[in-house]
Amino acid sequence: MPALSHVANAAVSGVLTGTVYGLMALGLSAIFGVIRLVNFAHGELMTLAMYVAVVAFQGLALDPFVTMIGAAAVFGALGYALQRGFINRFVGRPEHSQMLLMIALAMILGNALLLGFGPDARNVPTSYQLDSFELGPMLLDKARVYAAGAAVIATSLLAAFFRLTLTGKAIRACADNPIGARVAGLPVAHLYAVTFGLGAASVAVAGCAMVPLIDVTPGLGPGYTLLAFVIVILGGLGSMVGALLGGVVIGVSEALAGVLITPSAKSMVSFGLLVLILLARPQGLMGAARR
Amino acid sequence: MGSVTRRQFGVAAAGTLALSALPRPLRAEAAKLKVGLLLPRSGLQALIGQSCQKGADVAPELLRQRLGVDVELMNADTESNVDTARSRAERLIEQGAHVLVGAFDSGHTSAIAQVAEQRGVPFIVNIAAAPQITEQGYKFVFRNFPPAPEIGRNGLVLLGDIFREAKVEPKTAVFMHVNDTFGQSMAKGVAALLPKVSLPFKLLDTIPYDPAAKDLTVEVSKAKATNAELLLLVCRLNDAIVLRREMVKQRWSPMGVVSPGSPGLYEEQFSKGLGKYADYCITNTVWFNPKNEITHAFAAAFKKRFPKDEFAFHAINASYTFDALLIAADACKRAKTTDRKALADAIRQTNIPATDRVTFGGPIKFNAKGQVEGDASMVIQNLKGKPTVVLPKEYSEGKLVFPMPKVG
Repeated sequence: MPALSHVANAAVSGVLTGTVYGLMALGLSAIFGVIRLVNFAHGELMTLAMYVAVVAFQGLALDPFVTMIGAAAVFGALGYALQRGFINRFVGRPEHSQMLLMIALAMILGNALLLGFGPDARNVPTSYQLDSFELGPMLLDKARVYAAGAAVIATSLLAAFFRLTLTGKAIRACADNPIGARVAGLPVAHLYAVTFGLGAASVAVAGCAMVPLIDVTPGLGPGYTLLAFVIVILGGLGSMVGALLGGVVIGVSEALAGVLITPSAKSMVSFGLLVLILLARPQGLMGAARR
Repeated sequence: MGSVTRRQFGVAAAGTLALSALPRPLRAEAAKLKVGLLLPRSGLQALIGQSCQKGADVAPELLRQRLGVDVELMNADTESNVDTARSRAERLIEQGAHVLVGAFDSGHTSAIAQVAEQRGVPFIVNIAAAPQITEQGYKFVFRNFPPAPEIGRNGLVLLGDIFREAKVEPKTAVFMHVNDTFGQSMAKGVAALLPKVSLPFKLLDTIPYDPAAKDLTVEVSKAKATNAELLLLVCRLNDAIVLRREMVKQRWSPMGVVSPGSPGLYEEQFSKGLGKYADYCITNTVWFNPKNEITHAFAAAFKKRFPKDEFAFHAINASYTFDALLIAADACKRAKTTDRKALADAIRQTNIPATDRVTFGGPIKFNAKGQVEGDASMVIQNLKGKPTVVLPKEYSEGKLVFPMPKVG
């Protein structure tokens, strides 16, 4: 049996990583919850954001946590334009049409990244990349702590937007009742585009937060898309708190499985947990139960 | 005008008949030896595949000068994918490759070997360590690279040499390895050999991990928790970087990070990506022979073609790929033909002296299974950002540092 400090260290590390995962999944949850569009290009958008952070670091010596502010704004605008100008035409079309569109977008993005950056792994060697905070017997990776902090701030801002602003409330109204929203005169197409923009912005923040932790390659996208889906389903479709909680559950379960069983069992345990939770709560941890 | 006698006519006719019956290359125009080269130039193993390719790119000119054989490379990218490797091999054969060379990855190599055997095309393995590649009874598959158990055995024996040279003996060790075909072969080899080789440490745990994992926090944490004095590591390149970085973050400083024979620690990207933290990591592995004249010629040609590359970073990949092409060209020279079956027969009779190969070992001679025996390993330590031979002493380029300085 490993030492308690070792288990605690792994658990805390899992919480920190899971928080960033949660932010990544948040964008997907918001997009699906409002627009009812499954964004299969989610992971590729995150990979693109990571490359933006790499380029900004290599070209302008900008720390990823500084880049994320600009990246969020740019991705938000691009996401708005993409949804308003293109994806919106597919809202209301059969699901397989939407699915193929987003998968095609994912493949175009992934291959464009491969063409543009090549297959070699890229890294952002920040000054704190290999440093750790020491808390008694525990060592907390500095980059991971900063990433989790950024994820918490971004999530809080997003939550505040949806709860406290008129636009946020209007978006929630669209999510609850799109027909009613149209009848009430809400600009639904604009609100959908804002939602996609916010989703893209949050994935940009998540990408910039992840880049000091892992090396970037063009092929990261599909893995992150799958992970985001798992977290969204686990946390409950359309629930922001659920997405964050789902991310933490995945992060912690992987970490503890690795320490208590074997590292090879990480994915097996986290996916097994997903199945168990869905059996007990099909709507996810924080999703609304179906009537 | 003089007349032609019946005797003269008969001799001329016999000569013409004899010439037309002989294979093409004996005629005035020399045929090119088409070598289908299969390497992972993109995907997970791209960096290593590209390193092998550089060794191949230098080979044709050097082989023409030394053997008088004209080699034409037909390059194919396996994309670090086994299905792609198989289909590219078939395509190269359709396109007329006389011999195949490749493919670095054991899984890909096994797939290509099946195709080569079915199609009767000689396949010279440059680098691939899974023992089963030359245990299938194939007649057209040849390998000048030691199988994983042999690398592991040589690597473990050299551990004893390290401890004797440094006059320090770790009491405990933890073994981490990639969980792919190569890693599992090496793991089985180490598990079987460790009790037979007299080493002073006790193995506390064996931790497999996914070579594609982006985060090895849990794995390194588990290894650190054993409090082992030595880390034995079988790795690839990208995971080696992730793992070493994680060791620094977790302030884990064992006496040494030693690979009993795997890629990763001696690669350029490892040193460039980690800077000072790459130093003092050790790999006991096959290497080039720094004393052979052909090695100097190859290194000079490599430097001329790739002036920005440090040859030492491409030592294994480029050298073994070159030697595979050397074997092909040597066979072609002796067979005097590019006929695939004749080439395979000639390869079986290969006997290249130890002094005439770039890689370190005995003569290149294939046994009945198509395997060269007796390739030896050296102790390679990263010193000042460069992989350096430290043992055996008669070949050393630098002084062994063990235990390694602590980090953090």
